[in-house]
Amino acid sequence: MRIGVDVGGTNTDAVLMDGATVKASIKAPTTADVGAGVVAAIEGVLARSEAAPETITGVMIGTTQFTNAIVERRRLVPVAIVRLALPATESLNPLIDWPRDLVDTIGRNVYMAKGGYEVDGREISPLDEAEIARIARDIAAKGLESVAVSSVFAPLNNAQEDRAAELIRAEHPNAQITLSNEIGRVGLIERENAAVMNAALVSLSAKVVGAFRDSLKELKIDAPFFISQNDGTLMSAAYVERYPVLTFASGPTNSMRGAAFLSDQENAVVVDIGGTTTDVGVLARGFPRESAVAVDVGGVRTNFRMPDVLAIGLGGGSLVRGDDAITVGPDSVGFELTEKALIFGGDTLTATDVAVASGLVDIGDRSAVAGLNGAAVQRGLETIHMMVEDAIDRMKTSADPVPAILVGGGSILIERDLAGVSTLSVPEHSAVANAIGAAIAQVGGEVDRVFSYEQEGRENAIAQAKDEAQAKAVDAGAEPASIEIIEVEEIPLAYLPGAACRVRVKAVGDLAEG
Amino acid sequence: MPTMKMHLDLLPDFLRGTAFLGTGGGGDPYVGGLILRQKLEEGADITIMDPMELDDDDFVVSVANMGAPTVMVEKIPSAHAMVECLRSIEREKGRKADALIAAEAGGINGTLPMVVGAMTGLPVVDGDGMGRAFPELQMCTFGVYGVPASPIVLRDEHGNEVIVRARSNLESEWFARVVCTRMGTKSEIALYSMSGKEAKETGVLYTTTLAMEIGRSIREARETQSDPFTGLARYFETSRDKRFCAVLFEGKVVDLLRETTRGWAIGRVIFEGIGESTGERLEVRFQNEFLVAQQGKRMLGMVPDLICILDQENAEPITTEGLKYGQRVRVVGVSVPPVMRTPEALEVFGPKYFGIADVYTPIEELV
Repeated sequence: MRIGVDVGGTNTDAVLMDGATVKASIKAPTTADVGAGVVAAIEGVLARSEAAPETITGVMIGTTQFTNAIVERRRLVPVAIVRLALPATESLNPLIDWPRDLVDTIGRNVYMAKGGYEVDGREISPLDEAEIARIARDIAAKGLESVAVSSVFAPLNNAQEDRAAELIRAEHPNAQITLSNEIGRVGLIERENAAVMNAALVSLSAKVVGAFRDSLKELKIDAPFFISQNDGTLMSAAYVERYPVLTFASGPTNSMRGAAFLSDQENAVVVDIGGTTTDVGVLARGFPRESAVAVDVGGVRTNFRMPDVLAIGLGGGSLVRGDDAITVGPDSVGFELTEKALIFGGDTLTATDVAVASGLVDIGDRSAVAGLNGAAVQRGLETIHMMVEDAIDRMKTSADPVPAILVGGGSILIERDLAGVSTLSVPEHSAVANAIGAAIAQVGGEVDRVFSYEQEGRENAIAQAKDEAQAKAVDAGAEPASIEIIEVEEIPLAYLPGAACRVRVKAVGDLAEG
Repeated sequence: MPTMKMHLDLLPDFLRGTAFLGTGGGGDPYVGGLILRQKLEEGADITIMDPMELDDDDFVVSVANMGAPTVMVEKIPSAHAMVECLRSIEREKGRKADALIAAEAGGINGTLPMVVGAMTGLPVVDGDGMGRAFPELQMCTFGVYGVPASPIVLRDEHGNEVIVRARSNLESEWFARVVCTRMGTKSEIALYSMSGKEAKETGVLYTTTLAMEIGRSIREARETQSDPFTGLARYFETSRDKRFCAVLFEGKVVDLLRETTRGWAIGRVIFEGIGESTGERLEVRFQNEFLVAQQGKRMLGMVPDLICILDQENAEPITTEGLKYGQRVRVVGVSVPPVMRTPEALEVFGPKYFGIADVYTPIEELV
């Protein structure tokens, strides 16, 4: 049996799953030290299902801790940045468009060194080993423990970054080193940004992963544990400890994957209505459709593969205003819903009050909303439905109606069929879809490289990319027989010689047991 | 438009405007904008010069980056190498430059002359040679009206330098492209050196401030919660060279076909109508930049007129590489000034050059 855990800002959810069956689920408050909340949630599901800790074969955790740390500029460590590129890129220093408060937090410790590759594979400059050693000694002397290394076209060739890491480690054995080629794609600035954010998170990741590890020990669960990443696949805990940045978008991804599982649908729109916002995403073949544009995290531009999610200001706590033209949101009472909403004795009219007044759901003190104008309540409800319908329509790719899956605590706001939707499902356990998404996650491997079709031939190049993606999935812990290639994308590149084409391949497989 | 100074506050509007004029191509101005931002934060003094203030016998030089947008986001354009290109042109021609001018207003090359301006103190003329973005260097009005592109200086970060001197601008492009490939598919270049009189007579004037004003009109509409497309239309009604501007179509991407032919990003994108365009379809063909927009057999806009694809809500310009299924957009058409519509100009960058059979018709007659 597996346990899935979702550590959110407000709640820590846990589910216990036996194969495809949800045996038990629970919501517990997130605690400041993370660990206590995780222990409480896992204890809760074990108790409810009367399962013994020895029967647990894997624990999968999804967390927004690392995203929140960047957004809130908290618990970050200073970083040394080493870029291997000179004489190229001298016109643009690292960190140029970072928010000032974030740069103040991590420092401006920038080292530009010789190195990098041309698009055709030649070296821009060979690595100057003495120069790197000198830089490493300076980093050590400054007491900087975390180092990010980037280099031009590192996704095409990682040899220089790897060698630089060896050289830095030789001079500065305590350094924790993040290499850009292991976390980012083509686009030096965005990839370097990701590496620097990752380096800033290494101390927190050791703490959080340590807290998870200790929690499981305390619970006497002796099973491997994994943490989910942006694309909905799992990473080993040891890997997350080194690459926490890869968890940035795991929240919405887990929620969508959980929705797919609970409703048994692979192609659908997922509407996740929470307390403050509604996230609308699209499932294609069971995985979230990804955003094609650069995504900002805490004000920093990245090129992570993030789910393409449209967030609108509608949730159970959204403020409702007006008599005639009713507006809902975008502001919300948030986690104070149980104090401020009318039905909970407060003085603020919220979307949840409207749902109770119209008889959709019976929670809190129903009499508190008995005096509301019936016609206005109906108009408020209509506004809520129109907002959701419009969001769905924005995310659809064709005019045909599509299936939709409704999850999240705010799904009580929806009472009728939605325009543009063929079938609307509200699956059981949808309030803990995130934890379920974590529990059912597979492991994956991805390749994103530029190939010369003229030199290698298109068939060969794609076959090679597929092999590499499969090998990466096996490295990540996938059962070889279960691996599937779920995505092959080719992007022809303008102006480049030799019919250059950027090929992205993603392979996923079930987690090997034991 | 009097001579003015570039400053940090103008940068976001300017970048949005260069992306707009890029009509889907020209390379993402993001990286160029970052370099410019770094220079401005270091205190650079950049003058944007009214072309009418050029003396007839001033010496004006274009600087740019040539190569693949994909390479420019890794091997960032080199400000130093562009300055060295300029110095080589000065040695070739035996005189010091008095001003710089952009070869291409759209995309990354709209920003780079200002970087060179920051490093040399030379003013940057308000104008360019394309009035938008185009894929090849002979597609400049400078060349159309008799200014040779060569000598072209191409240089890399190592100091390797090649000077191309060709008998025609088309051959300049042909040879320079090979050198550029050998330099890693990105070269800093200086080209189209000319007199102040030639710059004034052959350039597409005031496109630098045009970019800033386009970006500003979109931003101001957003800030006042009014429709940015109305803001754009109103802007072009009152702009210095009044231009036709209309929303050609409102739709979402339902099909996207890309292929590579001779190194070009060639393809077409199909939109299904929403809002006022419900029930209709639009096809936009591109070769790095958007070339033509058509509904069935009916043309709605043709190169060199600007066909811009903008986010439906906030009017942010979208590049050909940024197109994706399901995106909701408005397709906007904008006329170009007369200097880009003469028979000589259309010969060099009209529909025929791009292999489109239809005869060029101005956008205001099509819509």
